[in-house]
Amino acid sequence: MTPLLQVQGIRKTYGSFVGCTDVSFDLYPGEVMGIVGESGSGKSTLLNCLAGHLPPDQGEVVFDTLADGPVDTVTMSEPERRMLSRTDWAFVHQHARDGLRMSVSAGGNIGERLMAVGDRHYGNIRERAIDWLGRVEIKEDRVDDRPSAFSGGMQQRLQIARNLVTGPRLVFMDEPTGGLDVSVQARLLDLLRGLVREMGLSAIIVTHDLAVVRLLADRLMVMKDGHVVETGLTDQVLDDPQHAYTQLLVSSVLQV
Amino acid sequence: MSDYNFAYLDEQTKRMIRRAILKGLAIPGYQVPFASREMPMPYGWGTGGVQVSAATLTPDDTFKVIDQGADDTTNAVSIRKFFERTANVATTEETDKADVIQTRHRIPEAVLREDQILVYQVPIPEPLRFLEPRETETRKMHALEEYGLMHVKLYEDISQHGAISTSYAYPVKVEGRYVMDPSPIPKFDNPKMDMPAIQLFGAGREQRIYAVPPYTKIVSLDFEDYPFEASKADHACDLCAAKDSYLDEVILDDQGNRMFVCSDTDYCRSRRAAGHVGRLGTKNQLEASA
Repeated sequence: MTPLLQVQGIRKTYGSFVGCTDVSFDLYPGEVMGIVGESGSGKSTLLNCLAGHLPPDQGEVVFDTLADGPVDTVTMSEPERRMLSRTDWAFVHQHARDGLRMSVSAGGNIGERLMAVGDRHYGNIRERAIDWLGRVEIKEDRVDDRPSAFSGGMQQRLQIARNLVTGPRLVFMDEPTGGLDVSVQARLLDLLRGLVREMGLSAIIVTHDLAVVRLLADRLMVMKDGHVVETGLTDQVLDDPQHAYTQLLVSSVLQV
Repeated sequence: MSDYNFAYLDEQTKRMIRRAILKGLAIPGYQVPFASREMPMPYGWGTGGVQVSAATLTPDDTFKVIDQGADDTTNAVSIRKFFERTANVATTEETDKADVIQTRHRIPEAVLREDQILVYQVPIPEPLRFLEPRETETRKMHALEEYGLMHVKLYEDISQHGAISTSYAYPVKVEGRYVMDPSPIPKFDNPKMDMPAIQLFGAGREQRIYAVPPYTKIVSLDFEDYPFEASKADHACDLCAAKDSYLDEVILDDQGNRMFVCSDTDYCRSRRAAGHVGRLGTKNQLEASA
């Protein structure tokens, strides 16, 4: 099987400061990969390099496109990369307001990607928007409300609907549950897990919350100071951490 | 008169503006940046249009200015006087006799000819501005032809009002490529933009010039199930009985009485001169007002 995403020797520096370096991995279709590490460990830098938001200094990110097979997205032309990022890719931001248009109604937010790929039938767009609101457990009568009238959890769910409406194959998530209270987090995780399994999505999830990766991720990558210090199956890494930093990370979780 | 160079601007500036105009004509709908000059009027009063007019006028041209279709409003009168004084050109109120027509918010009702130039005053040239505030991003969207966002605005209209309620500055696609703000003309005027005359757009504060060459295909954006409609008030002009012209509503008193009149004053005047009489018009109204 061809990997959906092949990452080879990614390095990004900010002046003399190393953002992340020497990161390589393969992601297979249907697989969910978690990247954990403390603040400043380079996990967001890595995610932004993978998603094409930041140009990496070195390395390649080869994505298995539907049309042309595996293509390096770092060297592909910008129009192609932007096309990818609104069709086959999705990006869920930590703060919903970064990923939503706050002055546009929920329906318009979901419909934007459809219109960006050429849908010009209002009835169809609206129908799909309402369908997706239902799938992320937002009531149909909120379709014309602006996201600013939504709670934090609803905004995050709306952002997910907006991203998944075009049926992407790879989803990048940057701390999708950050800033939400625990019960809302639990529901969001439940929803995400359902959607990922149901749609057969591949996903890369960056988080500092080990519970999130325990629930969602098949595989785990632990980062510290820009380096990958440990990789493996999620349960294996969390239950039997080898690297000193991973041991510290696992033992730092409060037990209630 | 000798105190000013012809048409106020110096020759170098006019050449700079003409280069921008030529580039705009070569790439229909593309916003060409230009070094907009300080004009002796406030921004928002037509500084862009005035600079484009100054760069296109020649000494034997006849000049006409309209503001919301009218020749006799403050803005139109001031700009006409400005060019009478600084360029000494002939001016007219008759659309048919003008070579250069500067307009704010309307396209004249009379069909323009190939030897005429229509200059628009534009407040905000970027049609995507209110959806995407970053100029770097909107430029990229134009360059890569990513215009899905424009339909988000129309979607919002329908979801809130049940119909596309954008009634002026209605976005158009020029020759299948650039999405353009046609300046705040009513959408009634959009279909007229496919015309024999040259159309130039000047935005002074935003420092942009764009253009539409003659006979260019202009398509107003819409949805398959909510097609574009060139709407106007459903009345005939109360002075000249015209049913095909864009109308202004005039409140007559506080008893709910109102009248509709052509916003294009020259069109209305010429129709009345030809003997057309509307609901509130009189046969000898022209002599009476003269």
